[in-house]
Amino acid sequence: MKPTDTSNPEYFHKVVDCQYACPAHTPVPEYIRLIAAGRYADAYMINWESNVFPGILGRTCDRPCEPACRRGRVEDKPVAICRLKRVCADMKDDIRSRLPKIPKEKNGLRIALIGAGPSALTVARDLMPLGYTIDLFEAAPKAGGFMRQQIPSFRLPEEVIDEETGYILDMGVNAHFNTRIESMKALIEDGYDAVFVGTGAPTGRNLKLPGYEEQTQNSVFIGVEWLAQVAFGHLTEAPRDVIVIGGGNTAMDCCRTALRLGAENVKVLIRTPIDAMVASPWEIEDTRAEGIPILENHSPLEYIVENGQLKGMSFEIIEYSMTEDGKEVFTPTGQLETIPCSMVLLAIGQANAFPWIERDLGIEFNDNGLAKVDDITFQSTLPKVFFGGDAAFGPRNIITAVAQGHAAALSIDLFLKGKDLEERPAPGTNLVSQKMGIHDWSYASMVTEEHRHAVPHVDLDKAIHSHKVEVELGFDAKTAFEEAQRCLNCDVETVFSANKCIECDACIDICPVDCLTFTDNEEEAALRKKLNVPAHNLSQPLFVSTEVGTGRIMVKDEDVCLHCGLCAERCPTSAWDMQKFLYIQTKAFNAESNQANPTQAEIQ
Amino acid sequence: MSYKIPGFRHPNLPKNELGYTTKDYEGAVSTLCAGCGHDSISAAIIEACFEMSIQPHRVAKLSGIGCSSKTPTYFLGNSHGFNSVHGRMPSVATGANMANRNMLYVGISGDGDTASIGMGQFVHAVRRNVNMVYICENNGVYGLTKGQDSATTDIGSKSKKGEPNALEPINLCAIALQLGATFVANSFSGDKSQLVPIIKAAIAHQGFSFINVISPCVTFNNVVSSTKSYDYIRQHMASTNSVDYVPPASEITTEYEPGTTERVTMHDGSVISLHKLDPNLDIHSRRSALEMIYEYSAQDKVLTGVLFIDPDADEIHKTMNTTTTPLRNLTEKELCPGAAALETINELHR
Repeated sequence: MKPTDTSNPEYFHKVVDCQYACPAHTPVPEYIRLIAAGRYADAYMINWESNVFPGILGRTCDRPCEPACRRGRVEDKPVAICRLKRVCADMKDDIRSRLPKIPKEKNGLRIALIGAGPSALTVARDLMPLGYTIDLFEAAPKAGGFMRQQIPSFRLPEEVIDEETGYILDMGVNAHFNTRIESMKALIEDGYDAVFVGTGAPTGRNLKLPGYEEQTQNSVFIGVEWLAQVAFGHLTEAPRDVIVIGGGNTAMDCCRTALRLGAENVKVLIRTPIDAMVASPWEIEDTRAEGIPILENHSPLEYIVENGQLKGMSFEIIEYSMTEDGKEVFTPTGQLETIPCSMVLLAIGQANAFPWIERDLGIEFNDNGLAKVDDITFQSTLPKVFFGGDAAFGPRNIITAVAQGHAAALSIDLFLKGKDLEERPAPGTNLVSQKMGIHDWSYASMVTEEHRHAVPHVDLDKAIHSHKVEVELGFDAKTAFEEAQRCLNCDVETVFSANKCIECDACIDICPVDCLTFTDNEEEAALRKKLNVPAHNLSQPLFVSTEVGTGRIMVKDEDVCLHCGLCAERCPTSAWDMQKFLYIQTKAFNAESNQANPTQAEIQ
Repeated sequence: MSYKIPGFRHPNLPKNELGYTTKDYEGAVSTLCAGCGHDSISAAIIEACFEMSIQPHRVAKLSGIGCSSKTPTYFLGNSHGFNSVHGRMPSVATGANMANRNMLYVGISGDGDTASIGMGQFVHAVRRNVNMVYICENNGVYGLTKGQDSATTDIGSKSKKGEPNALEPINLCAIALQLGATFVANSFSGDKSQLVPIIKAAIAHQGFSFINVISPCVTFNNVVSSTKSYDYIRQHMASTNSVDYVPPASEITTEYEPGTTERVTMHDGSVISLHKLDPNLDIHSRRSALEMIYEYSAQDKVLTGVLFIDPDADEIHKTMNTTTTPLRNLTEKELCPGAAALETINELHR
């Protein structure tokens, strides 16, 4: 193998599994250390720079970071990263003085944002400090989009949404609520220099089976619309018997909300087996903990309606299988089942629709009804129009919408400055030794064997009687500290200098997880087999040094390295050193001066 | 400074016949200087015991005083240990061995503990052929007392703050050979591929197994003017043979050119397979081994590998016809057979 080029920031970036997996590349270990130090506001600001909604995401994020967490490969469970994020939002003090200053003098360029969801608000957050004038249009009465309308209050209290959307609106965004944009053409003719479409994926899919037209009592709802009505207080109760169809997170939100609005007999029906459900495992767990049954392999057939009233729904039991190329096959068994109910909530996916974008403006559309959007610049085929969030590539999640908002904001800024959108600025990086003394590091290098801490919940009795009572209580300071200590500090990188190595084997002898090997060089596949413990996890890279004195190479399998620093501690020549790697993605607001440490500079 | 090693190990760590991983053979975190050769020897002992599926509670580690003699704390944390007076480890090992022959005795010593203060003890353990593994961690310097030359420092060798040594060095392998050691090997802490199989062969050998391991002192003697630095040994090391330890009743898989490999069958049925790199060495001849040591030394080379084996020599219990039962298991009846038995013995000497 060729020696690893650690000067390429992507190598060390990938070692920080959580940050790498995060669509917004939030520097996770950096803020977790600050939480452990009790510096909640500092931790909050690091989050805020990257993901804009730490309090919201600390409750609702899809947390791609957690399955990626190295701790999950070393023991059973990853660090509770998401809930630690919530801790910094819960425990910070007033951070408003630390928000960016907005220039009083504007630069004369006007930008329209359509929708007030996570992606559009991110664009506003990134561009307001640069002096742009921003008009925001939102059909609903308040900001937040999906976050406010479709996530129930028992998971995400309104105050948190108000606070974090408020930070952005208070930058001086001209927000027009209750204003639905009916024509893109009119907007463009209004003279905006750029338009950002962040309208989300507002419509859920309907299911018009036999009987659908006969029910006249309005008892079949599209789940996301029903959730929005509950969120805005238009619906305050649910009938006794409720069926939810679908196996995603929206279905889980629907059934738990119905329970809180008075339903007594709520069932979730899904076409697949339970282990093929798309809902997050923790959402399924919480749903079942509330006593809601999930009936698998049920394919809906018909709404049973008597005199215009919904009485139940009939299903056919199917057999579920997968073809070799991974396609789902549903084989009817002929066995039928009728389940009585007086309300059906459909949570079978979301669909996009842009009836308000005229098709002759130069914005091209795909077959699936979405605009053609560049997946790096988020520019449409009409140069001044950008898309982001669920409006760009269909339903994803909040953190992806934020990441796309950052990318689109950067593109808009480049576009309005007449620069090439394809030339994305490099990330800011910083690599600093953590050595404090001969055997002393500036981070908690000792690896705790504590298991993951569960987040305490309110009493089930209290929880299910109101959809406004937040179910999760969040960690207290002590638990947060203990959970934070579980972080392995993967951003404190093991940096090797082959020219200093005397091949004494001290690092190899001490390494608790046997991830180091001196060996003769070979091709990667052969090398992986001959390491002290063979490196079977191909998703994790090998570090390969240049030749040491005897002509051998040092190979490190990154897979289960604990970042405990013992290799560097036992190294007599400092050929190994522990160096903190900070990787800050370049965004519109720091494109000019990304020092990889803008928040740290502020903190000092 | 870390006084504790994290509890997590690689999830794919192999297990031996006892179901143990190397973790079960580890000891406390070393407090020796970072990069000390002795730590590599500890790791080699852990590896050898793991691979041979030795039950940790069947091992006794014995040592004297010095950096080397601290190391038994850093391996086999589940075994017995005795840290004796300076240079007196061989007596304690001999006594322990006489009391219970069913244990594996691993003596750890250094060049000061063996070649100076403990020389008298060492030579007698050798000539008695006590059944033990005796490892001398030889760095040619008194590390624990800040770097004075030891009795194994080569003429002309100069430590970090010292003067060139003027005195003739003691060659411990040569002495062991002359005194009748039945297994003699020389190795280097920085070459585990050689050291681990040598330790395994020494464990399998019934009788006194002496391994001199050159183990650089990073703090006082790892300088260009020293003949026991990492670089010097790497440049001057010559191997007589490469060693494979083949456990009892297992297939020999390593193939070499015919005539170049010698297989020595040990008492427990294991085989030491020696791939000869220098055809002039006859490992069954003390004279050949001694000649080779001086031959290589004259060429400024350090001869490593297994230098001599006599697998059929009688170890001390056999020579003295002692009981096979550990002393602690003998009852008063056997220990005090009574006046009649005493009378019989006395009769023999009249």
